[in-house]
Amino acid sequence: MSQKEWPLWEVFIRSKQGLNHKHVGSLRAADAEMAIENARDVYTRRSEGVSIWVVESNRIFASDPTEADALFEPAHSKVYRHPTFYDVPDGISHM
Amino acid sequence: MNNSISTYTLRIADDSLILGHRVSEWCGHGPILEEDIALTNIALDLIGQATSLLEYAAATEGKGRTADDLAFLRYERDYTNVLLAEQPNGDFGQTIVRQWLFDTFRLFFYEALCYSKDPQLAAIAEKSLKETKYHFKHSSEWVIRLGDGTEESHQRAQAALDLLWRYAEELFFMNAVDHELIAQGIAVDLTTIKPLWLERIQHVAKEATLKLPETNWVMKGGREGQHSEYLGYLLAEMQYMQRTYPGMEW
Amino acid sequence: MKEINLTELEAAFQSKLDREIRIEPNDWMPADYRKTLIRQISQHAHSEIVGMLPEGNWITRAPNLRRKAVLLAKVQDEAGHGLYLYSAVETLGADREETIDDLHSGKAKYSSIFNYPTVSWADMGAIGWLVDGAAIMNQVPLCRCSYGPYARAMVRVCKEESFHQRQGFEIISKLALGTPEQKEMAQDALNRWWWPALMMFGPNDADSPHTQQSMNWKIKRSTNDELRQLFIDVTVPQAELIGLTIPDPDLKWNQETGHYEIGTINWDEFWAVVSGNGPCNRERVAARKKAKEDGMWVREAALAHAEKRKARQAS
Ligand SMILES: [Fe+2]
Ligand SMILES: [Fe+2]
Repeated sequence: MSQKEWPLWEVFIRSKQGLNHKHVGSLRAADAEMAIENARDVYTRRSEGVSIWVVESNRIFASDPTEADALFEPAHSKVYRHPTFYDVPDGISHM
Repeated sequence: MNNSISTYTLRIADDSLILGHRVSEWCGHGPILEEDIALTNIALDLIGQATSLLEYAAATEGKGRTADDLAFLRYERDYTNVLLAEQPNGDFGQTIVRQWLFDTFRLFFYEALCYSKDPQLAAIAEKSLKETKYHFKHSSEWVIRLGDGTEESHQRAQAALDLLWRYAEELFFMNAVDHELIAQGIAVDLTTIKPLWLERIQHVAKEATLKLPETNWVMKGGREGQHSEYLGYLLAEMQYMQRTYPGMEW
Repeated sequence: MKEINLTELEAAFQSKLDREIRIEPNDWMPADYRKTLIRQISQHAHSEIVGMLPEGNWITRAPNLRRKAVLLAKVQDEAGHGLYLYSAVETLGADREETIDDLHSGKAKYSSIFNYPTVSWADMGAIGWLVDGAAIMNQVPLCRCSYGPYARAMVRVCKEESFHQRQGFEIISKLALGTPEQKEMAQDALNRWWWPALMMFGPNDADSPHTQQSMNWKIKRSTNDELRQLFIDVTVPQAELIGLTIPDPDLKWNQETGHYEIGTINWDEFWAVVSGNGPCNRERVAARKKAKEDGMWVREAALAHAEKRKARQAS
């Protein structure tokens, strides 16, 4: 079928001030303005948001899940990045 | 009890009710799913505005009628919406042009009504203004997309504008009721809105590469209960339940 | 680079399922798993969208302002559900418009319940109460579906569904407790919608060949018969409470099992409706096709305008 479709956009919503934008889904829109308005109507019908980001889906670059080991394994072994790695003498608080 | 306020409120209510009804006819049939949802939102806003306004019209009327009585149990001649609101949906272009002419009016109208000395009307205007700003943005953007889109969409948008332009003038209808309430600082003087409306319409039309028809022929009557053939059918549908099962609660 | 062979991939996939780890869009998955999901999710999406039509039929005739607004919001929600689901389908590499074309050509199915006509206002009550009620039963377990985007879409959908069922029950109970005409209208609606609602759960487990594979893949988490029984057990007392009679002379409570037993479902009717011969199949598909065809010039215009704009900005 030779139909030209509106591009797909990914939608990110900040549900309240102080929180990150979170991916909620996608939709189709001809332009960015329309994508934001559609996102508002589709994903915030119950006032779930205070701010919306949209990005054309084909602009997103994703890591390859088969390389997940190579990407994330090294971090698993760097336990010294986590505060619980360190012994703190009893009686010390606020640290 | 103030009957001028009631009459005045009822006009605004009827515009919202009848146009909301028309837009709601799109639900499930929109040109794309996302736009179906957007149109339904607009219909919902308009029905919501109609409800608040009808409640106030009923209260100020003081005849013991409810908002539902006013919405569903009046005779056709007692509806005072502008003719523009009752015009059929036609294609999406016709729906959008109708909406755009109306939203642009409503934007300035509510902006002014926020300063009404009648606190209830001012409160309704303030809430409705937020919704209307969004409707206005939506319909203006679509007029531009359609007007400056493909050849076909341009033709359709222009045809819709040629068809509906003669109904626009009625948006600025005023009579003794208005003058009485303007004097009290309650109603909006629509002559002050007209140039703002026209300027905004011209601006968007230009971007949409659409030509405003050059005609002085205007269609009026809705505000005085003289409607087009379309309203009777609309009401037959809208009032079906209340007329078929009189006096029941749902 | 490490060579990964198919057996290893399959084992890794299975081990994720076993550990209740969700499968995400870019993860490797068996071709049949993907195919099954595309089929199931798109049919689910089509059901939401076609499902707008029978209720949409009453928006302009709703009996008062409150009901009108509620019904509009409800039908709009269904459009939203369709969109969340199409969005999940697209993560599997399927194209939304192509799946919609399959609906229009009759290749893809949708829930057969929406091929029944809505002939009275009470049908708005019966649909919300029974059809959304049955849909909730089906959808709650899907929130734990192994495919992440589908499961997340279901979480959103389920949150919104409870209002749907409540508004339906409110409509039907208002009628059931109203005037004699209203009560008759409510009973008539229950008579017409009860059996089709039970059919919504699909054929008996013995006649449902895909169930086992879907259960293994954790796409499906409960069988058709389990869910149907659950629905019957909660719905029968609700009908009794508002004084309506379930249209099944064989319906009885089994003290030992703690479940209701029902008469025989007319599966011939079910298959007839599924294969296109229900009362409204043609009208439903025709309405969806018309919307798409009538909207073609609109979608093209928006795209053409966006391109013009881009070109202008570039120069
Ligand atoms: Fe739904
Ligand atoms: Fe629902």
